[in-house]
Amino acid sequence: MSTSTVTPPARPAGKPAAPHWFLRRILWPLRNLWRSLTSMRTALVLLFLLALAAIPGALLPQRELNEQKTLQYIDSHGTVGEWMDRLQLFDVFSSVWFTAIYVLLFVSLVGCLTPRMIEHAKSLRAKPVAAPRNLGRLPRHETFTVDGAPDEIAERITGRLGGWRRVTAERTLPDGTRVVEVSAEKGYLREFGNLVFHVALLGILVAIALGKVYGYEGTRSLVADGEQGLCNTSTAVYDSFRAGSLVDGTDLSPFCFKVDDFSATFLPNGQPSMYNAEVSYTDSVGAGVPTDWKHTSIKVNEPLRLAGDRVYVLGNGYAPTFTVTFPNGQKRTQTVLFIPEEMATMLSSGAARFDTPAGMYPDEDERRNNQIALQGIFAPTAEFTGSGGKLLQSASPIPKKPAVAIDVYKGDTGLDTGRPQNVYQLDSDLMHQGRLKREARVNLEQGQSHTLADGTIVTFDGYKRWVSVQVSHDPAQKWVLVFAVSMLVGLLVSLLVRRRRLWARLVEMDVDEDVPGVDNPGKRRTIVEIAGLARTDQAGWGEGFSDQAAALVGNDAGRRVRGL
Amino acid sequence: MDNNEVVAHVDETLARYSDLLFGTAITVYVLAMFLFLWALGSARIRRIQSAEARELVGASASGAPADLRTPGKLETVPARPFGEKLASMAYPVVIVGVLAHLASIVTRGIATDRAPWGNMYEFISLTCVACVIAGLVVLRKREHRPLLSFVLLPVALLMFIAGKWLYTQAAPVVPALKSYWLAIHVSVISIASGVLLVAGVASILYLVKVRWGASSEQPGTGKTAALRRIVDAIPNAETLDRLAYKSVVFGFPLFGLGVILGAVWAESAWGRFWGWDPKETVSFIAWVIYAAYLHARATAGWKHTAAAWINVAGFVALLFNLFIINLVVSGLHSYAGL
Repeated sequence: MSTSTVTPPARPAGKPAAPHWFLRRILWPLRNLWRSLTSMRTALVLLFLLALAAIPGALLPQRELNEQKTLQYIDSHGTVGEWMDRLQLFDVFSSVWFTAIYVLLFVSLVGCLTPRMIEHAKSLRAKPVAAPRNLGRLPRHETFTVDGAPDEIAERITGRLGGWRRVTAERTLPDGTRVVEVSAEKGYLREFGNLVFHVALLGILVAIALGKVYGYEGTRSLVADGEQGLCNTSTAVYDSFRAGSLVDGTDLSPFCFKVDDFSATFLPNGQPSMYNAEVSYTDSVGAGVPTDWKHTSIKVNEPLRLAGDRVYVLGNGYAPTFTVTFPNGQKRTQTVLFIPEEMATMLSSGAARFDTPAGMYPDEDERRNNQIALQGIFAPTAEFTGSGGKLLQSASPIPKKPAVAIDVYKGDTGLDTGRPQNVYQLDSDLMHQGRLKREARVNLEQGQSHTLADGTIVTFDGYKRWVSVQVSHDPAQKWVLVFAVSMLVGLLVSLLVRRRRLWARLVEMDVDEDVPGVDNPGKRRTIVEIAGLARTDQAGWGEGFSDQAAALVGNDAGRRVRGL
Repeated sequence: MDNNEVVAHVDETLARYSDLLFGTAITVYVLAMFLFLWALGSARIRRIQSAEARELVGASASGAPADLRTPGKLETVPARPFGEKLASMAYPVVIVGVLAHLASIVTRGIATDRAPWGNMYEFISLTCVACVIAGLVVLRKREHRPLLSFVLLPVALLMFIAGKWLYTQAAPVVPALKSYWLAIHVSVISIASGVLLVAGVASILYLVKVRWGASSEQPGTGKTAALRRIVDAIPNAETLDRLAYKSVVFGFPLFGLGVILGAVWAESAWGRFWGWDPKETVSFIAWVIYAAYLHARATAGWKHTAAAWINVAGFVALLFNLFIINLVVSGLHSYAGL
């Protein structure tokens, strides 16, 4: 982002010597490529490309955020969708082209920053530039005639330029006139702030990259009954686990926790008011069952921070409890997670599978033909509509009158096949093949039960709450914050500090020269020329310059110069 | 687990006052906008007339008012000075509008007992008042004041859309928004956006002035004449460029601060500080565009018109981010259905 123009190497006049082929063919093209890559123009183009390339990331579903929605989108767009997928339009921020743009941008940044930092380090020790020959050609320029000797006035000027770097020089013109010149400069912090801003930008990128490589994120749904717990000792305890390339799952932060209770409060109109999860946790993870549990609560904006990890409660739902009483009187009870279908009413759907009690059917095939499966919906506040009031809907997310509408199946639930199944849905293949037959379709309110033809009783006992828990680990995120704040501070400094140069040239007047408006004969007088140059891209010194220059040379002692 | 229901305390009377004040603010803004436009439209004629008057009166300038007061001269007083007078009153009128607007926001905050920017309607209201206040500050010089009409135009439009289609009853917010970060993050983003919107308006005016301001010699007819007069009355392009730059210099770091605060909030609310949520993505895009604007300002050959176009692109990205993204894409920033 240097603005320097490319100047061809100076060549002695006369016959040009042919440069070595290595220079001509390799080094110079490389150097030119480097120069154009690090030019401001390229940086601008890359910034635009970056902004442009991020647009699909905002408008198209992204796999990273919502895999299901992305797959639906691809499905409904046929070949176009497939091609969009091939072009990584659904993984914009990890795509080849997005990465290419920001890597190029940061290479350009480094290429531009390095010489600028060297230059800045040098300029910190440099003296202000000597006054140009013709001060009258500078954009801001004033001339005064002041009582007093040049040295005395020069001292006054430098004294009033507090905070400026300044130097006073003396020289004699060819005609013998003695000239005192003051050069002053300020605003070195501007470039420093600018460099801090850009270096911090690099720092953010590096910290984010480190966080991605060493970080992990696991999610797990837990029933909030104080029994189901989770120990962060293996990646296997999670329903889904995403980890950086240097995380192998053997070195996770050791802690255990369980959700004792989850409560959701609602407004009368069904809008959620607050969620609160009471949890127990411990970081003494030994061989046995942890004993020293500590208690706390996790709220929506208040995760539990322990052992360098964060534990969030990000979702919740209802888990109805069913009991199946088999014809021989043996019971099996399960609490199964139902997934909310409508967030506003918490109408949820799910499935449960019950194996027959041990020993009831000695024959494996027979056993497999008598398993019970349930599938249906759960409503926290039941409302029956439709013909005959058979259609279950939910009137509110508040559990005032919980009920389920379930299909009861008998047959092979597919648990023995070893095939992975959707937990929240029964395998429809099994139904089509006739291995799982529907026995009943019933609505059950809390405590009600239904008896199948063979005497099996299905009871809806009640419900529990479940929460989805996320455990996140990002060792570098505090560095991201540190760099982000430095970036902001650097930016502020670089935008607010003004770079200015100021010169004063003082020449003693001949005493007999008569100046109108100045009448104190016998005293020494000096002509003071003051010129200013604003070195920032702002419009710079405005109308204030004349007054400031006058205040600088004025002879009332102790006067402060405002606005300089 | 049985006592799941809580009662919301919303002061309905205050909420109604808030709605009334919101309507008042729009009305006052529209009134001020027309007063300013009137002033702009009559500016050229006024200049010509005053030039003529000076010629007629000659050296004895003090004689002019006396002449105008005589009954026979009444017909020479056109309706324009009336508009001009009203226009000079328009600046205080805008301040009245801002006071009504602020009162609307404060009463809604008291009525609902929370930071009054928890849904689209309230967010637009806050951004608009920030935009008008930024306009009042940036355009405080007497000769720049009529330009407020161009700030009030999008503001009135946005407020109308908010009041008509996005209006939400005063109510408590969802659990995710129950955090002091709501008060911090959203207000900083709103103020920054308001300032950057003023910068965008200045750059649009700059481009209009550069494109149509130069060939002002031939007088147009009818509607074009009025438009031409307005373009002529816009201050010179350099001033507009500087106003735009100054606003960006203030708004850009503030916007960056808002994004960083948002990331800090996201870290404790959503489990990560940055996750390319649609709103985060467009904020990133807007931030990059404004960064490009500042770089363009420092690059030879990009300084003026090109930089102004980049600023306009930033304006579009910002408007898109503030409002459209919530309407067309659902993401984590979607609250109360928007």
